[in-house]
Amino acid sequence: MKPVYIEAIGVIGPGLEGWQQTAAVLAGECEYQASELPALKPNMLKPNERRRTTLTIKLALQAVQDALALNSYDDLSTVFVSSDGDMDVVDRICQALCLPDHPVSPTFFHNSVHNAPAGYCSIATGFHAASTSLSGLNGSFAVGLLDAAVQATIEQQPVMLVSYDTPWPNPLSRFKPQQLPFGVALIVTPQVSERSLAELTLLPGVTGEESQMADSELEQLRANTPAASSLPLLEAIAQNRAAQLILPYLVDEQIAVEIQPCN
Amino acid sequence: MLINPVRITAYTLTNALGSGVAASLHALQSHQSGLQPCNFQDVTLSTWIGRVDGIEEQPLPAALPRFECRNNRLAHLALQEDGFCEQINEAINRYGADRVGVFMGTSTSGIGATEDAYRHRGENGELPNDFQPTTTHIIYSITDFVRSYLQLKGVALTVSTACSSSAKVFATAQRYLEAGLCDAAVVGGVDTLCLTTLYGFNSLDLVSSYRCKPWDAKRNGINIGEGAGFALLEREQASGKGSLLLGYGESSDAYHMSTPHPQGMGAALAMQRALAQAAISADEVGYINLHGTATPTNDAAEDAAVMQVFGDKTPCSSTKGWTGHTLGAAGVIEAIFTLMALEKGFLPCSLNTEQQDEALSANVLLESKQQDITYAMSNSFGFGGNNCSLLFGCDR
Repeated sequence: MKPVYIEAIGVIGPGLEGWQQTAAVLAGECEYQASELPALKPNMLKPNERRRTTLTIKLALQAVQDALALNSYDDLSTVFVSSDGDMDVVDRICQALCLPDHPVSPTFFHNSVHNAPAGYCSIATGFHAASTSLSGLNGSFAVGLLDAAVQATIEQQPVMLVSYDTPWPNPLSRFKPQQLPFGVALIVTPQVSERSLAELTLLPGVTGEESQMADSELEQLRANTPAASSLPLLEAIAQNRAAQLILPYLVDEQIAVEIQPCN
Repeated sequence: MLINPVRITAYTLTNALGSGVAASLHALQSHQSGLQPCNFQDVTLSTWIGRVDGIEEQPLPAALPRFECRNNRLAHLALQEDGFCEQINEAINRYGADRVGVFMGTSTSGIGATEDAYRHRGENGELPNDFQPTTTHIIYSITDFVRSYLQLKGVALTVSTACSSSAKVFATAQRYLEAGLCDAAVVGGVDTLCLTTLYGFNSLDLVSSYRCKPWDAKRNGINIGEGAGFALLEREQASGKGSLLLGYGESSDAYHMSTPHPQGMGAALAMQRALAQAAISADEVGYINLHGTATPTNDAAEDAAVMQVFGDKTPCSSTKGWTGHTLGAAGVIEAIFTLMALEKGFLPCSLNTEQQDEALSANVLLESKQQDITYAMSNSFGFGGNNCSLLFGCDR
């Protein structure tokens, strides 16, 4: 695989509000304070659309909004990836299906498709380019990153990767008790430019020990939330250093990521 | 931008018409619909469904109990047909298991398992202990199952973009082959009947009480079906015969979550991009398998798009009157119908369409016809305004 380049980043998570603040935390300039998820304000969506969305959709769009804050794009292909999609919506629908007459809400139903965040994103941005929505279970971030890199390389155009996951509600939560809300968006390009932050070379299908975070609370977030398996990569970019990382990929497989800073 | 074509060296499908390519071809040629009045579980809706027989009686192999759900059962059933597993084993011998990718599309995966778990909650509302959402409900489950069952170890992912899911996996596979990340790819799609889609589409007033009538003046909604389809894709120069994927077009409406752009803007863009990738002009295409869901707005939008790109000469049809709308499996099932049209020179009519809506102008076939064609397209459009068109050509 040829290398690809990252030219913008968006982040949202507990105690992590935007790439600028997250980069400061990951560069060691300020301490990480695990806390509640910051208030989500994806103003890119009109209020009438925003009212129909869920936490999962808002989280994904908040990461998108952050990644698009510095540069403007006429059109962008998008790769959305989430291990499980929107389990709040699944819970609401499955509860309704247990009631007499099965009163499924039409809004919940159209929000239940895995590509709901991608659909709202295209409505908000007006992007008409290709958009895909993927899952790769615990390796979802790497699955999405690889797909975005393949698309950028083969179609020679920038691609926005959006990786997001949210906690499971009761009564589902006991099957995945530790997942936290986290969203990351990366603009991936096939060529280096003055905006490039880092060069990535991906090698899927290796086996090795996953790269970890030194801070125990960030490590907790990384280890239990597929989208947050991006944290070691974000850390290397924030510290502007070269790194060889191992991230979770498919079941019992990892992906090697070689990072070179661009400036 | 031109793409390198990809050869489809094997395929199989199972749907309401039966198991395997011969069953589908026979039903298409003899005008036998697979639709029946809804008899799924205790569903009380007045509608028709495209149900696959025998899923309830066919558990998964004993070695893979963690994947046990209707969706993976249907995948397993479908994989037994047309010598598909043997073809995969040959691909493993040619390239190695780590060089064969798996790209599956699904809309709802095994959500039926979760519906069932909610119906069997305990006294305190807790879900049953034997519920395994990660290997049944979660949309990666179908890829995980196929990869485990076929013992493949290459790159993999699930695409879930509603009703375009298993069309998009063809595009994904072409790119991964081109990038050198695999030497062969199993692509496919599986979706099964469940309460979520039956009552969900009903909540949007999109389910018809009658047999669906694509492009008909009296069309009033979809019939939900279930199905599975698989194809093996290899680089064009690879040994073997088979039709070619010549182009794909992907686009977004950027308009509405559950209603298509009224002029079919995104749909037209997808068709134009597929033609451009193959450098083929619209008038060279001999057949279009329409998305053709039979809702008033979907068919009107697709008609506008077809008219814009092709005009009113190109023969086209929706095959949903045979199978129902198989949602995340529709892309691959209809891609295989399109391959059958190319390879057999048989263009199926739009079953149940009695009189074309006067407001719609595309050349929708009311009678099937035998005609040799060189190129054919298959359209798939989904919620979220997600569009994918695939262009196929005969073996050259």
